Amino acid sequence: MSALEEGFESVLPAPAARRPGTWSRVVRSPSVIFGATILLLMLAMAVAAPLLGTTDPIAIDPAWRNKHPGTEHPVTLSTGATETIVHWMGTDTLGRDVYSRVVYGSRVSLVVGAAVAVISVAIGLFIGLLAGYIRWLDGIVMRVMDGLMAIPGILLAIAVLSVWGAGLLTVIVAIVVPEVPRVVRLVRSVVLSVREEPYVEAAVSVGTPTPLLLIRHVLPNTIAPLIVQGTYIAASAILIEAILSFLGIGIPPETPTWGNIMAEGRTLFRIFPHNIFFPGLFLALTVLAVNMLGDGMRDTLDPRLGKRL
Amino acid sequence: MSEPVLAVENLSIALPGGADRIRAVEDVSFEVHRGEILCLVGESGSGKSVIAQTVMGLLPKALRVVGGTARLEGEDVLSAGKRRFRALRAARMSMIFQEPMTALNPVMSCGEQIDEVLRTHTRLGAAERRRRIHDILAEVQLPEPERMMASFPHQLSGGQRQRIMIAMALVLEPALLIADEPTTALDVTTQARILELIKRIQATHGTGVLFITHDFGVVAEIADRVAVLQQGRLVELGDTRQVLGDPQHPYTRMLIDAVPSMTPRLRQREVGSTPVLRTRRLGKIYHDKSLFRRARTVHAVDGVEIEVRRGETLGIVGESGSGKSTVARCVARLIDPTEGEILIGEEDIAKLPAARLRGQRRRIQIVFQDPYRSLNPRRKIGQSIIEGPMNYGLSRAEALDRARALMELVRLDPAALDRYPHQFSGGQRQRICIARALAMEPELLIADEAVSALDVSVQAQVLGLLDDIRRKLRLAMLFITHDLRVAAQICDRIAVMHKGRIVEEGPVADVFAQPRHAYTQALLAAAPGRGWRFGEAVAEQRAG
Repeated sequence: MSALEEGFESVLPAPAARRPGTWSRVVRSPSVIFGATILLLMLAMAVAAPLLGTTDPIAIDPAWRNKHPGTEHPVTLSTGATETIVHWMGTDTLGRDVYSRVVYGSRVSLVVGAAVAVISVAIGLFIGLLAGYIRWLDGIVMRVMDGLMAIPGILLAIAVLSVWGAGLLTVIVAIVVPEVPRVVRLVRSVVLSVREEPYVEAAVSVGTPTPLLLIRHVLPNTIAPLIVQGTYIAASAILIEAILSFLGIGIPPETPTWGNIMAEGRTLFRIFPHNIFFPGLFLALTVLAVNMLGDGMRDTLDPRLGKRL
Repeated sequence: MSEPVLAVENLSIALPGGADRIRAVEDVSFEVHRGEILCLVGESGSGKSVIAQTVMGLLPKALRVVGGTARLEGEDVLSAGKRRFRALRAARMSMIFQEPMTALNPVMSCGEQIDEVLRTHTRLGAAERRRRIHDILAEVQLPEPERMMASFPHQLSGGQRQRIMIAMALVLEPALLIADEPTTALDVTTQARILELIKRIQATHGTGVLFITHDFGVVAEIADRVAVLQQGRLVELGDTRQVLGDPQHPYTRMLIDAVPSMTPRLRQREVGSTPVLRTRRLGKIYHDKSLFRRARTVHAVDGVEIEVRRGETLGIVGESGSGKSTVARCVARLIDPTEGEILIGEEDIAKLPAARLRGQRRRIQIVFQDPYRSLNPRRKIGQSIIEGPMNYGLSRAEALDRARALMELVRLDPAALDRYPHQFSGGQRQRICIARALAMEPELLIADEAVSALDVSVQAQVLGLLDDIRRKLRLAMLFITHDLRVAAQICDRIAVMHKGRIVEEGPVADVFAQPRHAYTQALLAAAPGRGWRFGEAVAEQRAG
């Protein structure tokens, strides 16, 4: 009552930083630090591939096939001088340097991981927002998504690749298609709960047009779960690309990708395990890093899980 | 005098760093005796639940007891370990909670849940346990004990669930029962019956009860003695009659004065002649369609006809599920009515398509119940207030000018427009929501349980503000509430809703003085503390 008579309240809490804590908590999480460090190293390696003592990853040398890791290889350059190349990871059945192929192969893996994550999140976000907010669209869209989810991902990828032929772009498309329904489901479930929030209803009753309403009030709530989901998609995309390449239906075999290197090393695995070991190690490390990044962000971005920790 | 069941002495509990005060509870002492009900009253954040959690050994890890003792029949419970607590709980002290749906296990039948208590704490045989469950269910007056034992929590009503909780808590005849807001989530008529049950069972078994509540009406109904907490300190302790009738501490007096009176206030009526809102046979039917089941239809709202004129407040009162909020949401067109007309002025908006509705939206604005969810936490409150006017073509500068003026109208500092919602208290947020609604210059303001989530002292302020604004701006107001005391203070006329229909309507004084419909009579009779003249002094001061 007193405040009513005394005019407006002067006692307000001091201005604080905007929603403090969340991002500083994210960057302090050990799993985020670990995952991000490994990923940054992989990224640096992919970008700086020509500067890392690599040779042409496609160059075939029939005289130097199936060499064990550490073999020294004297080469005569066009100038007449001789130079010694050390095959740190040995050579494959066509005499290509495995180290160079693994380093260059990281480019494909990272591009596929990032592209699939970004594209499927973008498409899924758009469809999910519409399905979650526009009631009549929901039933139709979700049945289509259910249908897509019923098809095994790898099988669908094989079908897509056999129709359009192998190549980086088709591989990306083939992996994106089965990931989209997962994102749609996630976004839709967030939208369904947020649309009942009184602040969204308040925005409706002050006449905010639907597109603006979705962008301003609904979309920001989907960001945190999507970042986390995005990392899991990236990890699984890197694996699926390797699987498709390994099966010989992914990226053409001359292009170095971790899956391709492993596929070629398969026949002589017992005698020359390095062809599978090194790309496998890099693949496992990258997927682990992406997953740890995702786990760390899930724990720190989701306040409900955060409280339990 | 015999030894008290519970003796709390100089109890102090520290809050973690960064909280608004150092201690959650500071130097609190009280006793609960056999066969006595002690009410612990306070507003939110007063530390009343923390005391209960301490006694039960349920204190969150972040809180730490830094001083004092708590003795249960002479035994120090603060030093008891986990094993000892397990033996004490249910056997010598039990607790019932606010929300019986979440306090019960949804995948166990009610009988099994009571049986679990018996199996853990006694060596009784199956037949004997069954007999005990049967007896206790009969004692808490649940019909058909056999069917109740086999039922799952979701199959029961809120009142029945709370009775199961009470049965579970009392089956081992503990010496102490702690009840933490056990009736807050229930409708008034159910609340009245549960209060009566707790009182009766407690009297027959001689149980000591520590009853936690924020509601002075409930205190008046049930307490033998009252302890008033303010910010973790015990400011007053005494017999109910003495504390309610002649409060000594200024805080107690303020709390009691803030309880709205059941006597409708005499108001100057400046009601205009033109109706702002009229509904004709308004209906909302929910179809539960399913591919594999027979469709069910629910008449949430059925043939509702209301009329609100300029400068008038119409209250819609009713219990949960009565359809009162559905009416509000239909009128605001947040949901689409299935039948009938909603006339705003002369325009029927009931069936308007979205595109044409937008033009009409600004004429009706709504303020919601939950102040913590009504504002987008990611946007500054200024952005929230100017969003509406800018949707209708006002420039940013003009909208901001209007927002500043409105902040003054709702008695907040206009400089606070660039703060975020989490920097405001619940009452302040509710005032910001009112400012946002008023920014649209509406003809009709709907308040959907707008003061129900607020503490009484804040509630009184917001009610005063709403009434002020209605008078100044000559607004028509539709006030949805379950609280008859609130309705008595702010409404000119009230409509009582029951099962989707309006069962009685009229000037508030007439309905309160001579309720015609049986349901209205039951509702009025169930209002807690109606024998006490809460807030009368204030009402008289206002009139005088």
